[in-house]
Amino acid sequence: MKLFELTIHELHEKLVSKEISAKELAESVFSRIDDVEERVKSYITVTRDEAFAKADEIDKKIASGERIGPLAGIPTAIKDVMNTEGIRTTCGSKILDNYIPVYTSTAVKNLLEEGIVMTGKTNMDEFAMGSSTENSGFFVTRNPWDLERVPGGSSGGSASVVAADEAIFSLGSDTGGSIRQPAALCGIVGMKPTYGLVSRFGLIAFASSLDQIGPFTKDVTDCAIVLNHLIGHDINDSTSVKIDKPDYTKALVNDLNGITIGVPKELMAEGIDPKIKAVIENALKLLEDNGAVVAETSLPNIEHSLSAYYIIAPAEASSNLARFDGVRYGYRVPDAEDLIDMYMRTRAEGFGDEVKRRIMLGTYALSAGYYDAYYGQAQKVRTLIMDDFNRAFADYDVLVSPTTPTTAFKIGEKVDDPLAMYLSDICTIPVNLAGLPGISVPCGTVDGLPVGLQVIGKTLGEEMMLRVAYSFEQSFGWSEKPKL
Amino acid sequence: MEYESVIGLEIHVELDTESKMFCSCSTRFGEAPNTQTCPVCLGMPGSLPVPNKKAVEYVIRTGLAIFCDISLFSQFHRKNYFYPDMPKNYQISQYDIPLCIDGHVDLEMEDYATTIGVTRIHLEEDTGKLLHIGGAGRIAGADYSQVDFNRAGVPLMEIVSEPDIRTPEEAKTYAQKIRAILVSLGVSDCNMDQGSMRVDANISLRPVGREEFGVKAELKNLNSFRSLQRGLAYEIERQTKALQSGEAIVQETRHWDETKNTTSTLRTKEYAHDYRYFPDPDLVPMEFDPEWIEGLRAELPELPDERRERYMKDFGLPAHDANLLVETKATGDFFEAAVALYSGDAKIMSNWILGDLTYYLNAENVEIDAGEVKPAHLVEMVDLIDDGTISGKIAKEIISEMFKTGKMPKAIVEEKGMTQISGQDEIAKIVDDVIAQNPDAVQEFHDGKERAFGFLVGQAMRLTKGRGNPQLINKLLKEKL
Repeated sequence: MKLFELTIHELHEKLVSKEISAKELAESVFSRIDDVEERVKSYITVTRDEAFAKADEIDKKIASGERIGPLAGIPTAIKDVMNTEGIRTTCGSKILDNYIPVYTSTAVKNLLEEGIVMTGKTNMDEFAMGSSTENSGFFVTRNPWDLERVPGGSSGGSASVVAADEAIFSLGSDTGGSIRQPAALCGIVGMKPTYGLVSRFGLIAFASSLDQIGPFTKDVTDCAIVLNHLIGHDINDSTSVKIDKPDYTKALVNDLNGITIGVPKELMAEGIDPKIKAVIENALKLLEDNGAVVAETSLPNIEHSLSAYYIIAPAEASSNLARFDGVRYGYRVPDAEDLIDMYMRTRAEGFGDEVKRRIMLGTYALSAGYYDAYYGQAQKVRTLIMDDFNRAFADYDVLVSPTTPTTAFKIGEKVDDPLAMYLSDICTIPVNLAGLPGISVPCGTVDGLPVGLQVIGKTLGEEMMLRVAYSFEQSFGWSEKPKL
Repeated sequence: MEYESVIGLEIHVELDTESKMFCSCSTRFGEAPNTQTCPVCLGMPGSLPVPNKKAVEYVIRTGLAIFCDISLFSQFHRKNYFYPDMPKNYQISQYDIPLCIDGHVDLEMEDYATTIGVTRIHLEEDTGKLLHIGGAGRIAGADYSQVDFNRAGVPLMEIVSEPDIRTPEEAKTYAQKIRAILVSLGVSDCNMDQGSMRVDANISLRPVGREEFGVKAELKNLNSFRSLQRGLAYEIERQTKALQSGEAIVQETRHWDETKNTTSTLRTKEYAHDYRYFPDPDLVPMEFDPEWIEGLRAELPELPDERRERYMKDFGLPAHDANLLVETKATGDFFEAAVALYSGDAKIMSNWILGDLTYYLNAENVEIDAGEVKPAHLVEMVDLIDDGTISGKIAKEIISEMFKTGKMPKAIVEEKGMTQISGQDEIAKIVDDVIAQNPDAVQEFHDGKERAFGFLVGQAMRLTKGRGNPQLINKLLKEKL
């Protein structure tokens, strides 16, 4: 096997035993990038020089006998939504085409301090708005399983980069499914932690009350390892939770005996591709065979999830994106007549269609006279959805569902039909609205394309969620790879 | 028809915290542009606000001082509008649940007392400052504009009054009272020149006896208490004329022009913003422990009203003096320090502070605690009057000199030979000279014209270059005439 094909935990052993050097590992990953990037197009920015400098640093540490952490020397890609000091950060938008941040986001900083070797910044739907990465202001990323298909989104580049072995793992952000959906479509593991577990400081906000950073990895063990170093209270983020940091790798126990698993019937209903349903039913059987108690449950209010989400997220976005005005940074129209002209044309030229659509939706929803009917009502629905989950979690340790209603669709298939595109996140959005942790693990294929199983945990119930995902992974034995 | 004015004030006050409202940048005034900034107060992508607990505490202390109800649950909202001095194009402010509601301030006017209700006090962040280059210095017509974000994110407290104010004098007294309270609390220096206290006024007229409000105008750019009073007086005149001639008042924002003494339209209602307020999802709602709030209440310092009562009771001062002395904390502190050093009547000290000293301070625009004249200067000077070394007239010259140089009165008296002439013979000789040189006035005096006597005393003082003992001159002049 090539080094770029291995997992974090496999590579860590090789680095510690000096079987390989961080430089050799970086060389392997960059040779893979040279080989496939032209076809996959995962990266907006590749940081080769910085990566080799960092690999050198790690090799010196190893040579001097210093103990290194499990992420040291591991080639890592970062979604271009997270600020990286001195390294261009575009958020997939023309409006930030030339933007070089002056600070690094807390999540990335935590990993850099652990010694990751950053390979670059990955492509995404502009401002994380989309489910296919077709809304990128730069180019479309391809699904490594079928280059004619989308990798999902909005973190499509961070999913394809791991699926195509252009990085050992990556970070994405998930507002309505933007980690779990592309992970499912690209046949890898993707996880969204409990809201507040990972600092959002330095994550360019889409919808502040929903956004959460999480990892894309090749297996659940790697996910737990990354999570260990990603989380922690951050004084720079008022919404970040204060908890004693658990060791999530301790939760990786291959034992489901007595674990109760609920299957919300609303997430197995019409709208889910029957072939996907069949794959999920097989997965449920496997869980049961391993000792879990699996039963159908109901989340009656989640049918309103999409409606509530498409009020709340655009409302917050309309305010969050107001700062992109050409005054202090980013794109500014060169020949503005006056202030209003500068604002209007900078934003008209800098933002893409989907971003403008959501800004308009959100502005409308917050307008005087409409607030109660839209934003106020959506917040009430959100509370009802949380109550539904709380009731279900009184009976079950975790909930499972398909991650997506379909497998990866064709590039261009849904670009002219926003509503069809929005339905791609029907299984993942309720989890964001409730602030819960969710993970997608590969559970099979349909017509040669991967399918994801979503495991939803209780608030701060990452350990149980990881245990179920790990046990499933161990008994399912997924080993398929895209052929590139 | 006779009209009554209905006035409400919105007072914005920058809080005297070390750091800004949502980041750790310094709040110091007057630093080089954009040197006190960070990703948070510049609205860089991905930055997040973290509330300044001290600022929250300051607002609650203010609320306690003016008898507000303190909200045990409160939250921040976003107020959305575009302007280049706003880094995020929304201001973090408060909306439906401000920190404090339903307070009041008692006012002692010259010949009556009144109470002004306070609707709410809320906390928000200040904006940056714009500098328009070219044109008239306003954004319209400027060649280009520059932004200084040093002020962006400084904690800003807004105190909104009920429309209980009826005259420009009440408005001024209310604003001064608020300032005195805030300075006593130590929550702001309330420096109107530096913009750390800014007053906007809403004013409408209604026929006397009517309940409903008329159409209001909002006055901006009231940069001093004087502007506040004059701007409102102008606006009352303008609106009265308009109403009397049957014109409708337009709801609008008007700009007070200090040099032209007029107000002019800044923007009308059609341009009113829809701020699209919604709870800021980056901040968690605030909840307060009632015990903590009671602790703050117990720690409140002496406030101007209490101080005023004490001055009247302990020092026997008339209400007029006591009111003026507590107008700023520094004046009261100066007075008390002086009284502590002085063995005579506190009213004498009050007279000097509110009279000559205030005259010089106002003329030179110096704060009482920043001037050269300290309580010890004033007390030494009054002691010199009391023991007959100098006259009151000389004292006035000494204040002027102390104000300029900071020298002690005794030193000035010695240096300039200003001691009072109290020698019987010396004065007698001068009185003789005056009588000899002014036969007309002497004749007028004998004809019963009292004024002539004053003139003769003045002449004697002139001959002694103001150093003659006035009582002695009076006495001898009367005898000799």
